[in-house]
Amino acid sequence: MTGGNAPSPAPDLPPLLAGYVPKPGVADELFDAGGGLRPVWRPLIDHLAKLTPEQIEEHFARGRTYLRDAGVYFRQYATTPAPERDWPLSPVPVLIHEGEWADICDGLTQRADLLEAVMADLYGPADLVRQGHLPAELVARSPEWLRPLVGVRPASGHFLHLVSFEISRNPDGSWFVIGDRTQAPSGAGFALENRMATTRIFNDLFPRENIHRLAGFFRAFRDAMDGLPGTANRRTAILTPGPNNASYFEHTYIARYLGALLLEGEDITVRDGQVMVRTIEGPQPLGTLWRRVDSDYTDPLELHEESQLGTPGLVNASRLGRVNLINALGSGVLEMRALMAFLPKVCTVLTGEALRLPNIATWWCGQPTERAYVKQNAGRMMIAGALAHDLPLDIGATTAVGGEFRSGARDSIDAWIDEEGALLVGQELVTLSTAPAWYEGRLVPHPMTVRVTAARTPRGWTFMPGGYARIGASDDATALAMQRGGAVADVWIVADGPVPHETLLPPGTRQLADPESLPSRAAENLYWLGRYVERAETALRLARAYQLRLLEAGSPDDPHPAHLSAFMAEVDLDAAQAIPSGVAAALAAAGACAGKVRDRFSIDGWAALQDLSRTLDQMAATVRPGDDAARATGVLLRKLTGFAGLVHENMYRFAGWRFLAFGRAVERCDALAAILAGLVAEGAPEGAAEIVVELGDSVMTHRRRYRGEATRDSVIDLLALDPNNPRAILFQLTEMLDLAARMPGAGRDGRPSALMRAILPLQARLAVAAPDALTDEALSGLRNELAVVSDLLSAEYLR
Amino acid sequence: MRYDITLRVDYAYDFASDQARNLLHLLPRVVPGRQGVVASLLTVDPAPQERWDGLDFFGNGATWIAYHEPIDSISLSLKAQTVQTTPAMGMDLSPRLAGLEAEIGACQDLGPEAPHHFLGRSARVAPDPEMTAFARDHAGAGQSALQAVQAVGGALHREMAFDAAATDARTPTAEAFAQRRGVCQDFSHVMIACLRGLGIPAGYVSGFLRTLPPPGQPRLEGADAMHAWVRAWCGSDMGWVEFDPTNDTFVRDDHIVVSYGRDYADVAPVRGTLRSTGGQHTEHAVDVVPLDPA
Repeated sequence: MTGGNAPSPAPDLPPLLAGYVPKPGVADELFDAGGGLRPVWRPLIDHLAKLTPEQIEEHFARGRTYLRDAGVYFRQYATTPAPERDWPLSPVPVLIHEGEWADICDGLTQRADLLEAVMADLYGPADLVRQGHLPAELVARSPEWLRPLVGVRPASGHFLHLVSFEISRNPDGSWFVIGDRTQAPSGAGFALENRMATTRIFNDLFPRENIHRLAGFFRAFRDAMDGLPGTANRRTAILTPGPNNASYFEHTYIARYLGALLLEGEDITVRDGQVMVRTIEGPQPLGTLWRRVDSDYTDPLELHEESQLGTPGLVNASRLGRVNLINALGSGVLEMRALMAFLPKVCTVLTGEALRLPNIATWWCGQPTERAYVKQNAGRMMIAGALAHDLPLDIGATTAVGGEFRSGARDSIDAWIDEEGALLVGQELVTLSTAPAWYEGRLVPHPMTVRVTAARTPRGWTFMPGGYARIGASDDATALAMQRGGAVADVWIVADGPVPHETLLPPGTRQLADPESLPSRAAENLYWLGRYVERAETALRLARAYQLRLLEAGSPDDPHPAHLSAFMAEVDLDAAQAIPSGVAAALAAAGACAGKVRDRFSIDGWAALQDLSRTLDQMAATVRPGDDAARATGVLLRKLTGFAGLVHENMYRFAGWRFLAFGRAVERCDALAAILAGLVAEGAPEGAAEIVVELGDSVMTHRRRYRGEATRDSVIDLLALDPNNPRAILFQLTEMLDLAARMPGAGRDGRPSALMRAILPLQARLAVAAPDALTDEALSGLRNELAVVSDLLSAEYLR
Repeated sequence: MRYDITLRVDYAYDFASDQARNLLHLLPRVVPGRQGVVASLLTVDPAPQERWDGLDFFGNGATWIAYHEPIDSISLSLKAQTVQTTPAMGMDLSPRLAGLEAEIGACQDLGPEAPHHFLGRSARVAPDPEMTAFARDHAGAGQSALQAVQAVGGALHREMAFDAAATDARTPTAEAFAQRRGVCQDFSHVMIACLRGLGIPAGYVSGFLRTLPPPGQPRLEGADAMHAWVRAWCGSDMGWVEFDPTNDTFVRDDHIVVSYGRDYADVAPVRGTLRSTGGQHTEHAVDVVPLDPA
């Protein structure tokens, strides 16, 4: 190892780098050991040097704006409840020359093949254990070595299809592996977003034709998934734990990017060993399942019995070889920390050659010699659980560092190691290399690790060229610093000349995924999204009408406000609240539904919904009843209408849209029937009909079509029986009939579906009715019939 | 001793359950030198759309069943005939507790009988300082592994009261130990935790037990239930021995083995998931009738 003499920046360096001083004994990405600027960085530094710090800051801000607008977030598990956090981009990329990168990929290809061989052995003959190369105790105690999978050969012929590695650079300049990710590697989607953000930052700043693009990797990976055995005419799906997972954004993003279905455990059913997605047209077989759920949680029948995330029968489907899983169930065992202690030897045993890229030096305390060594050298070790599978540099991943406990529960490391021996592992307290981070207007060296992702293709492992590095939060280059969190940077793999342009879709081969195989749960969430948004709108209209009447009358006991507040109480809205809490409840429910279908939802639509919630939160705290509240509800109504317009104008008319629209129509019919029955019934105060016209947003139409004051008859005519008014029940029933006719199975055997048969008589009855036929009883009867329609929709399509 | 075994389990659901899928561990297994199975038949009613019989990791007979249509009840009925021999205990060949670790370490094996599976944390049995301390109070490092098994099992039998009302199938082991009450499942889980705390590999046995009638009274039909006890690994010479802490005895020819596992979760007689709202009702009936004169 070299180091010790701090490189001093060369005299020709721009002021930008004036404060950039790598620490002694630490490798740096920008400067080589002799203090010279590495050639691969020169063009970027030259470009940045021409700008003022303010100009640089302005460019960097574009990246943050992009990420915020795109809604990129992750969940920080360190606190409870885990909040959504903006993606912490470090705007300066890490640059690696393609020659050096090729060496890294070569070493990691060997490592990926080694991990595949170890997994095949652990779930097969277990020769490595019998020959003494891996301790039986370690494997048997790993919670990720899943006994039901022992003896199960993967359908695809391979256990591992996507792996990633966390690597960094030694003080002597060589690279080493900190950890392997084999369970369900994350980061590929975030890498794409990093690249989008750095593209925004640098697009007019720096020519990027020499930088390797990421799209080719994803194309190769998607083609590989689609080309696995038995996948012809079958969908590829991503199995996600759902919106509460740290990486859910990535799951939605990558599903959209690859055109894969995004499914949760309950979307999937196993039938005769075949893995199927429940869709609105019944179960349909899946070819490949890219799981982002940890193996143990994928099947409550045979694995973790408390799991709510899984699909009963998935293990059996694996056993029967009817589905390709990326990666095979049980692959988490390879992430066990203690395995690092044995891999160097296992590599020699299995391949006859040494690891081309060493991993972090590791000693398992289950062996006497190693235990003694760890005790003697605890001062330069990280000591942690042998069975742990988090990365050594993650927050909270180690128990003792440099001879001291991280939280002072114990006093003697020696006693602790003696007591828990086989459950502990010691790892060298490594020093990471540093890379430039932008901090208070200048570049400073912060520690970094690079995440390298590889996918199996028919031509071998292919590597995503860069995209993802972690940058430490301080200038402390020991591994410890990374545990305090930090930022994420793009990684650019730089060629000497221009690299060929690649996109995800080669021309002429674009294949549309079948637009109709909509998962039932997605349809259900879209349906309820439609209903809740409409419900929020009705609540807002009622609240506004109440506040306006209160202003006119001056007292809540006046007939009009009293009439409205009594009706609002019936539908669980508290008129005394400036903005009734029912509005927030409906919007929260809408947000929850939208959150579960983010992969099929426009980014602008999502942003509009979030904006609406934020505005409501701010207003709810400050708005006072009366004029202020009337104005606030008006603002919210306009935002809500804006959202609805966005959805209805911009959303592709696929099956999902029909469920959303159907939900809106059902809710609107129901609200109108409730309002007409509740507000213009016998004994309603004079002028109540005017209020209802206003609630129905039909003041102008009413004025044009009817002379004089609104009456019960004119209101019923306009808001129930008018075939051309979108605010009329008949119009919405016709809309529902239209939508139902375009749902799956609607025209089977030339007969209308059960759903259509339920709507038809309602629509026909209203089409021929006179206003006086629509009594209060008839209106409440209609509401019951709408509930039946909603149940039928569920029974037919949503289960 | 030969036994005729009949078991019937009836589940009834308040609302038809959608897509029921279950894993059954009900068929008695063959245990070389100790238990033979003359015949066994498991009938499921209504007939499931999918059924597959095979062996699980531990070599137990397992039955996977699935329904494609909603059902409102399932009846499982087992008929089996087994032949039992009382395991010969012979001399105590087990190492002292202090020497057991080395013997375990010498087993470079991951097969179903390997002791390594039965030392660490499992789904229902986690390491617990209080149970370990209890075990240490009753077994010292100078004792042999076999003596320790008997001592811990006997101590638990004395300290814990059999009380079917105190726990249910999901009661955590530490809770059953804290209240010193429970049924055979709790006795077994507590003993497993104690033995693992001492470094003795210990597992769970589900099975049937012939209940002896009180003197002068006829045997009560259907009074028996599925039973559970413990197996412990006492070194490479003795291998596995089985101890029943509920009855404070090493097993004899009236213990009929159905399944071996690390704890209940591995061998639950009926494991499964339902998409159902509302409650469910279960009825169990077991008969274990000796065919040979006593």
